Amino acid sequence: MELSGAQILLQSLADEGVEYIFGYPGGAVLHIYDAIFQQEAVKHILVRHEQGATHAADGYARATGKPGVVLVTSGPGATNAVTGIATAYMDSIPMVVISGQVSSPVIGSDAFQEVDMVGITRPCVKHNFLVKDVTKLAETIKKAFYVATTGRPGPVVVDIPKDITAPNITVPYKYPKKIALRSYNPVVNVPKEQIKAAVELLLNANKPMIYSGGGVVLGEASAELTEFTQQLGYPITNTLMGLGSYPATDKQFVGMLGMHGTYEANMAMHESDVIIAIGARFDDRVTGKLDEFCPYAKIIHIDIDPASISKTIKKIAIPIVGDVKPVLKQLLECLKDSKKKPNKKALDAWWQQINEWRSVNSLEYDRNSDLIKPQYVIEQLYQVTKGDAYITSDVGQHQMWAAQYYHFDKPRRWINSGGLGTMGFGLPAAIGVKLAFPDADVACVTGEASIQMCIQELSTALQFKTPVKIINLNNRYMGMVRQWQEFSYECRYSHSYMDTIPDFVKLAEAYGHVGIRIDKPEQVRPALEQAFAMKDRTVFLDIMTDRTENVYPMIEAGKGHHDMKLRVALGTSTDRELA
Amino acid sequence: MMRHIISILIENESGALSRVAGLFSARGYNIESLTVAPTEDPSLSRMTLVTRGSEDIIAQITKQLNKLIDVVKLIDLADSPHIERELMMVKIKTTEQTRNDIRSVVDIFRGRILDVTPSSYVVEMTGSSEKLDAFTAAINHDTIIEVVRSGATGISRGEKGLHL
Ligand SMILES: Cc1cc2nc3c(=O)[nH]c(=O)nc-3n(C[C@H](O)[C@H](O)[C@H](O)COP(=O)(O)OP(=O)(O)OC[C@H]3O[C@@H](n4cnc5c(N)ncnc54)[C@H](O)[C@@H]3O)c2cc1C
Ligand SMILES: Cc1ncc(C[n+]2csc(CCOP(=O)(O)OP(=O)(O)O)c2C)c(N)n1
Ligand SMILES: [Mg+2]
Repeated sequence: MELSGAQILLQSLADEGVEYIFGYPGGAVLHIYDAIFQQEAVKHILVRHEQGATHAADGYARATGKPGVVLVTSGPGATNAVTGIATAYMDSIPMVVISGQVSSPVIGSDAFQEVDMVGITRPCVKHNFLVKDVTKLAETIKKAFYVATTGRPGPVVVDIPKDITAPNITVPYKYPKKIALRSYNPVVNVPKEQIKAAVELLLNANKPMIYSGGGVVLGEASAELTEFTQQLGYPITNTLMGLGSYPATDKQFVGMLGMHGTYEANMAMHESDVIIAIGARFDDRVTGKLDEFCPYAKIIHIDIDPASISKTIKKIAIPIVGDVKPVLKQLLECLKDSKKKPNKKALDAWWQQINEWRSVNSLEYDRNSDLIKPQYVIEQLYQVTKGDAYITSDVGQHQMWAAQYYHFDKPRRWINSGGLGTMGFGLPAAIGVKLAFPDADVACVTGEASIQMCIQELSTALQFKTPVKIINLNNRYMGMVRQWQEFSYECRYSHSYMDTIPDFVKLAEAYGHVGIRIDKPEQVRPALEQAFAMKDRTVFLDIMTDRTENVYPMIEAGKGHHDMKLRVALGTSTDRELA
Repeated sequence: MMRHIISILIENESGALSRVAGLFSARGYNIESLTVAPTEDPSLSRMTLVTRGSEDIIAQITKQLNKLIDVVKLIDLADSPHIERELMMVKIKTTEQTRNDIRSVVDIFRGRILDVTPSSYVVEMTGSSEKLDAFTAAINHDTIIEVVRSGATGISRGEKGLHL
């Protein structure tokens, strides 16, 4: 079978099992778009901005575990995609981005719409390729998927010059079934001794903590993590990226840790004597001040990426480089074989201490306010969707409230940009999720600033019939920025406010959707019910929330886990003078 | 801050060098010198990279380098007995009066004179980077017209080698 480069690309994607590509056409990819037109296996989702394509593919990937696929043209199409590529990179999301490039003979001549895509994306991809020979195209696509999805996942860019996809040059096509790279070997075996040592340390703990993260979601190891945690009976905390990998409604779950983590999670980390970190990378939002991080703990760290180990926190007692799922299985087996059991007396005392911290009720807020409290909205969202929706978010206070008050019991339900913190992620990501799971409830929790960064994707949502619910916690502020200015800059609210916020109801309607605005607490529940009842409509819920509300608890930059700012007295926030 | 010589076997692909250089600049590691050339297997290049850092930083550097998809293998030569060599060429101003003195210094350092004009020498010298430093220190600084150094390369002692 002889095919053109463009046909080879599409056939390779089909052979790879790709359902959707998210893209936007342009000169350098016109041959490819012509091939798209002439096939049906791979469905193309036309976005309204290339950033939207990358976030939509990313949302699809996070929800399904399958790689997201993006197609953009050269030059501005390629540069527009970079934010989304970096977003996926920071959170280790598998993604394959096909970018068009100017024709091989003119590369380097400042040709029309030429940018060095391989150069620009080098620091924010797992790997990238420039295709120089059409006979290598299928193999390169195979490599791209292999690299993106194995080991620590990540985005891979394949830059394809226009002449490579030309219809008049055809070559035999064969998609490789398997591929190996001599320079890349993502499989690692963990020596038994290390597993034994870890179990030994864990069983000798008096104040143990399980700290798990996004690696458990990426490694599909929630069931193993849950069994492991419940076998031991130890308290567990999750990073922002790990939420849902352990059921949040279980009694052993002490909430998220870190900057906006619960009092009990952070205090327990601080006092703990043995911590097992599972697929988590000791990010600075989690550790706070490095020299005050977990001063009494011996740490076991499981990570598939050796570079994650001892990167920020150096004192790792037992490093285990491996894939979480098999490693947890090994640990479980070793636990079962061990005659030793967790120290019941010590554990009871530990739980008693943790429950004392819990009783501080660090997530409590003013429930008697006349204003809509953002926390209340998320609680109601949780109830209306029975805790079973896919929740995407943007970046800011609303993101933290979604993380704190929506109790995720399943992995891949909480979809947000943690590492890069990209405003504009939420809406396109929700579209990607809805395409993957058309029957599921999908909501995007956002803020009036974030939503405007990719608002144009409302148009995509209409065209491709992805009825998502937009929960806009409209506080008329870049709340997260305002909060920092309040704490660290004596309330000088420099440019954290826009007094020309659009009428989102009209905007939603202009895009062909339903818009609803509410400003009273008693409207929250009915409005949510109404929105989710409209199964086939995208609904924009513009919710006027208490604009003075802040996210608590908070560990300010440069402070340790035991040094948390708690909500001081309930109901005082509205008294604060705001510009 | 120990000096480390990291020897890397890397795919001989067009972007490979920039991936290594980019890694160092992006993560704020310093590169003292970097040499690269194809090996006896033309699909592979051998790169020698000299850097300085604490144990923690060197550990991160080697892990991050290993993570690059194009990197096949690497070793830190500083971990075991090894031989280090660097090539230097120096162009030196000469006069009737200084020529003999310079020649004797070159001899002491086992250098060779490659080019002679009435007013200059080009001297070639190989050795450890330290030795080359010592030579330039021994020559009157004002007479040095130009110094070209290859950067250090190295190989481990014994029968073990860095190969596929
Ligand atoms: C406004 C804002 C506030 C934030 N506040 C907080 C906060 O309070 N608390 C918080 O936790 N985060 C917070 N974050 C998120 C934070 O920036 C990081 O993104 C997050 O903490 C990283 O989570 P993680 O450690 O689980 O790592 P991830 O980024 O999810 O990385 C996963 C790790 O697991 C490894 N891994 C991947 N696959 C496997 C596998 N199969 N087997 C083994 N290991 C694997 C990877 O190598 C990596 O080291 C905030 C972000 C924003 C934008
Ligand atoms: C693209 C981008 N630009 C800037 C920032 C910095 N930033 C973080 S949160 C935030 C404000 C978000 O405001 P809004 O969406 O209204 O959410 P709120 O905090 O009010 O809930 C900003 C500007 C960012 N994270 N991403
Ligand atoms: Mg806001």
